[in-house]
Amino acid sequence: MLTYFRNLGLGLITVLNSMGVAWRHLFTPSVTLQYPTVKWTMPERSRMRLFNKMEDCIGCGQCARACPTNCITIQTEKRAKDEPEIFASDGTVIKLRTYVFDIDMTLCCYCALCTFPCPTHCLTMTGAYEYSAYDKDDHIYHFAKDKPLTAKTPKEQSPEKA
Amino acid sequence: MDSIAQLLQLIPGYDAVPEGLRAYLPMLVSSVVIFALLALVVLFLVWLERKVSAHIQDRLGPMYVGGWHGWAQTLADALKLLLKEDIVPAATDKVLYKMAPYIVFLGAFAAFVVVPFGASSFVSDLNIGILYVVAVGSLSVIGIIMAGWASNNKYSLYGGMRAAAQIISYEIPSAIAIMTVIIPVGSLSMVDIVNAQKGGIQHWFLFRNPFIFLAFIVYFIASLAEVNRTPFDIPEAESELVAGYHTEYSGMRFAFFFLAEYANMFLVASVATTLFLGGWTQVLPAFIAPQLLPGPVLFFAKALVLIFIQMWLRWSLPRLRVDQLMYLSWKVLLPISLVLVLGVGWLAVY
Repeated sequence: MLTYFRNLGLGLITVLNSMGVAWRHLFTPSVTLQYPTVKWTMPERSRMRLFNKMEDCIGCGQCARACPTNCITIQTEKRAKDEPEIFASDGTVIKLRTYVFDIDMTLCCYCALCTFPCPTHCLTMTGAYEYSAYDKDDHIYHFAKDKPLTAKTPKEQSPEKA
Repeated sequence: MDSIAQLLQLIPGYDAVPEGLRAYLPMLVSSVVIFALLALVVLFLVWLERKVSAHIQDRLGPMYVGGWHGWAQTLADALKLLLKEDIVPAATDKVLYKMAPYIVFLGAFAAFVVVPFGASSFVSDLNIGILYVVAVGSLSVIGIIMAGWASNNKYSLYGGMRAAAQIISYEIPSAIAIMTVIIPVGSLSMVDIVNAQKGGIQHWFLFRNPFIFLAFIVYFIASLAEVNRTPFDIPEAESELVAGYHTEYSGMRFAFFFLAEYANMFLVASVATTLFLGGWTQVLPAFIAPQLLPGPVLFFAKALVLIFIQMWLRWSLPRLRVDQLMYLSWKVLLPISLVLVLGVGWLAVY
């Protein structure tokens, strides 16, 4: 009989306790972010979409070699001797004309191994994370702006396809 | 219904309506009014439930639909359910399957006939009022068993059987707790019960004597079990029975079960308000504060407080086991309520 009433009181106290916890949480500020209108600020150096600053790219292809998934495709040709010399922003002479610089973001594994060997620090990972597309091909980013001058058939550089 | 009949008199040309029809028109109008009121209240309660649950879990809940804090979310959901395909599984008992949701809702709907929302806003003042509420309210058990049986699904059947065992068990302590109020009033009529509590908070039965205060707690717990709310939601336990007795239902029929659940919540809150919290009467006695708020506003405010506590409990407590459920009903609530009735009777006599 005594345990019956003790259990009853214990039950009542625990119910009131849990109600107290719920009451406290009722007034704690919500952790929800109203996503499309309010966005989380990405931390510095977060590894999201790749970006290549083409003006600084010397077309060395070290990024493509470093990539474990072969998602970077680079094709270059030698700039002619009579063309004016151009330099990357850190002073490196750009000797190659990069006419294909494609990154397939569907293959990218966001390891950022490509950004470390880049001698001119032109290939970087940005904080952009909203780049869904209706077409798979829209995930292949074409960074190259130049057209090839020599009319030879483009030679595949990607070791996977070669 | 009398007030509705009087309102209908104001319509020009009402006298031209044939005599036989005029007897039934107030009934039709009042049932439509009750249905509309219930639908509105349920729309609001579903939104409130989602908001309360969200904020207790440190979320925000619906925020977009309708603009201000997602107020139109339930409206959109109801519309979606209305437009959905009406799926009736092949192996069901078609007649019972289709009838069940309406019977479940009917239990809650019909009980509102005697609930006095205000001094003159009630459909009918039956002299067996509260007995009628208890009787009609248990109609929903039949609908739930029907749904569980007709669905031809083991989870539905489990849910239906559990609901039957639970609701019938808990009706006993809740009815006995109701008796503690009937003893001092000496009448079963809901209007008489409210009139006996006029004059402010100290006249409410809740604070009249300690036995009735405890009886209110017993009634509240038992009513939670009667409407299948957590912690007594074992008939529709999502984690065990998919959705319990309404597993096979979809679209509008599912919406009716939903409507019935929230209408039942509102019903038990209304009954508790009427019996223990003074119904539509003023909170503060006349010599302290002017009696400004109209009765129905106070009624809904009091009922809303109780419904909020129902929701609060739902999001604080885990579900009971079946044996714990039966223990609570038969070994705790029933003896306590019997002792309380004896106590109230003793106070009434001496």
